[in-house]
Amino acid sequence: MVDTLVVYRRLIGAQVRSQLQYRASFALDLFGAFLISFLDFLAVLVIFHNVPRLAEWSVHEVAFLYAASSISFALCDLAMGHLDDFPKKIRDGNFDLLLVRPRGTLFQVIAADLALRRLGKFAQGVVVLGYALSGLHIHWDLGRVAMLVVMVPAGSVVFGSVWVTGACLAFWTTEGGEFTNAFTYGGNFLTQYPIDIYSTWARRFLAYLVPMAFVCYFPALYVLDKPDPLGLPSFLRFSSPLVAALAALVAGSVWRLAVRHYRSAGG
Amino acid sequence: MIEVEGVEKSFVTWRKTGRLRRKRIEVHAVADVTFSVPRGQVVGYIGPNGAGKSTTVKMLTGILVPSAGRISVGGLEPSRQRIQLARRIGAMFGQRIQLWWDLPLIESFELLRHIYRVPADRFRENLATYREVLDLDPFLHTPVRQLSLGQRVRGELSAVMLHDPEIVFLDEPTIGLDVVAKERVREFLTKVNAERGVTVMLTTHDLADIERLCSRILMIDHGRLIYDGTVSELVDRYGGERTLVVDLEEPAAPLDVPGARVVKVDGPRQWLRFRRDEASAAELTAAVAARARLIDLAIEETDIEDVVRKIYTSGTDA
Amino acid sequence: MRLDWELARRGYRRYAAYPAATAAGAFTNTIFGFVQAYILLAVYRHRVDIGGYSAADVVTYVWLAQALIMTVHVFGWQELALRIRDGSIATDLARPIDPLRYWLAFDLGRAPYHFLFRGVPPFVIGALVFDLRYPSPGDAVAFAVSVTLAVVVSLAFRFLYNSAAFWLLDYRGVVTFSITVSLFFSGMILPLAFFPVWLRAIAHVLPFQSIIQVPIDVYLGKHAGASLAGVLVLQAFWALALLALGRAALAAGTRKLVIQGG
Repeated sequence: MVDTLVVYRRLIGAQVRSQLQYRASFALDLFGAFLISFLDFLAVLVIFHNVPRLAEWSVHEVAFLYAASSISFALCDLAMGHLDDFPKKIRDGNFDLLLVRPRGTLFQVIAADLALRRLGKFAQGVVVLGYALSGLHIHWDLGRVAMLVVMVPAGSVVFGSVWVTGACLAFWTTEGGEFTNAFTYGGNFLTQYPIDIYSTWARRFLAYLVPMAFVCYFPALYVLDKPDPLGLPSFLRFSSPLVAALAALVAGSVWRLAVRHYRSAGG
Repeated sequence: MIEVEGVEKSFVTWRKTGRLRRKRIEVHAVADVTFSVPRGQVVGYIGPNGAGKSTTVKMLTGILVPSAGRISVGGLEPSRQRIQLARRIGAMFGQRIQLWWDLPLIESFELLRHIYRVPADRFRENLATYREVLDLDPFLHTPVRQLSLGQRVRGELSAVMLHDPEIVFLDEPTIGLDVVAKERVREFLTKVNAERGVTVMLTTHDLADIERLCSRILMIDHGRLIYDGTVSELVDRYGGERTLVVDLEEPAAPLDVPGARVVKVDGPRQWLRFRRDEASAAELTAAVAARARLIDLAIEETDIEDVVRKIYTSGTDA
Repeated sequence: MRLDWELARRGYRRYAAYPAATAAGAFTNTIFGFVQAYILLAVYRHRVDIGGYSAADVVTYVWLAQALIMTVHVFGWQELALRIRDGSIATDLARPIDPLRYWLAFDLGRAPYHFLFRGVPPFVIGALVFDLRYPSPGDAVAFAVSVTLAVVVSLAFRFLYNSAAFWLLDYRGVVTFSITVSLFFSGMILPLAFFPVWLRAIAHVLPFQSIIQVPIDVYLGKHAGASLAGVLVLQAFWALALLALGRAALAAGTRKLVIQGG
């Protein structure tokens, strides 16, 4: 386990050093990422310029949810955003090179890169979080602080599981890469807004089928002390780590299955 | 070291038979291949394109799982023990570069050191050896994407050998290289095999590679092993023939020259085939010049494709 | 003329060759459409009218915007910049048809494909779930004209920021900035009527609203008579202005290449 982490650190270290080589270009990229990610939040501000509440959520409450989701997604994008290029890797036959190395294939694929410019989106999330907290009167106790700390990485793991599962599609067809985008980037967009806005059947879908509702929404309900419009048992608000672990398990299994298919069906 | 028994590999593809319908077709890339390679041998694996060479190598390295048969490499089963096997083998696939494109060559080596868990002192020793033998110093710190083909191949070869593999699989390592570079690669492989007893399986289209490096040849065509024997036998029997192409001043009847036979006549040009051990090009040229007015000449070597075709059509030569 | 038609056909076929990718993209558009529609419906729980748009108007707006994303290729395009960078622009310039005309014809062939196969399917799905508004026959024709003009405006703008590659080795910053600004002021994210007054004022003097906002307003019947003619003329104006700027950039860039040798 330790050895794996050491190798991971070395692999991404090389990529990071390579990215930081051109300071000016990198700084520009980072700032550009920061600006573009703000566009999403500008939409929130524009909405609240026209109405006082969005489905009973105030602007600071929506900003809180938005920030948590943004930070979760940005961290995941940082570590796994390059999986979007995985179909090309398969097409070029470069996946075979990974099979000849004495390491797990999923590990090698994830450790291939760490796109530092995604930190621009992360920074944007932190700024929005600051704005949100400045306007909220949260009764901070140990539980709420813990929830805030846990909900972000748990969200990242869920997003990561979606990304990995989506990438597996490339083992069967190299044209379906965009299909994954609907879930990764669509998921990002979706989790920025409270689930309250959807119709009942859509809400159920997002809670039980594609567990996006667990990414930041349920934990946010707890931190903000808001009632759950679906009326689900309150212990579900604490289940995001469990959901994240399950999602990771599913993703790992799908990957193993996909690689097995690749090795029998012919690279 | 390598044991292959009754190995088969079939793929399923779909061919369009109309506007919407598709037919299921089974392609037998490898059919009933059996051979065994002892430790320390350098074996050449040849055959025309599409014969099943890369499919076989992929099965030996654990990339593909065979449809039937048994494979044992270094006592391990590639399809089940992929990671264990990966520590003991090295592989180089012609056109696909395993070095990190944007990083200096030396950094690729460092990364591989960690991936393969090579002890620091062993890494330093190996690196020093390869730097000297393959002359890596001039470009050790250059990003791989800026290297010439020859430099990249030398880098790749070093990378493949960094972790002291017992067996290496090389797919077209000398393709596209100039004569000097090719010679360096061959020297390196000979040295590595002689000094460390590394088993080498070499896939190539270059007959000179085979002659210089391999003591044994496996020839595959249409998924079947059609020749398994020593290189000298192969070269003597088929590669031993060369063709002297002569341009005479004017068309003439097929020349009767001892040690050669005319296989083709086209106006003033004639193709004379002769065996390496029966006549020399110099002797033949003199003989031809004595019988006719010779304007120009050329010598054609038999290439692997011809050899394979010949073996395939003569059937029972296995 | 014949050459333009051939190029347009090639543009169409280039994207028609990847049906699976197109289907996947249409699926993504559908998901985004749903999320945006629900967000706006939640907004309209508090108000009946914002800037002259009813709830049915904005939901229709969402699905039309999704349909137009790929049609006008609003998320950016860098092919020209890449060709300038790797030098293939030299062969392009040697051809009998200049790059601007080439890409314009190509894009006018591509746009119908994306409109039909990435625009219509999500819109149809949106129509099945939500109550959308439909145009009068006159507005429908005007819409077709407006979308065509929007494609030209978009292509001209894309050509312009791509030509930064003639002068900048690292053009990515310019490209990113251009895409961001054009996206924001095109009405893609939200109808410009939602914006505060001062932002709306800025948007009105920029060409980007001609790319998304104007065609959608035409569809929704927000313009009639003189107003309709006026808005189409505005689009045409921006199309011509940006094309002229593009031509100037191309000429200047070509001069630089010839002098410096690429």
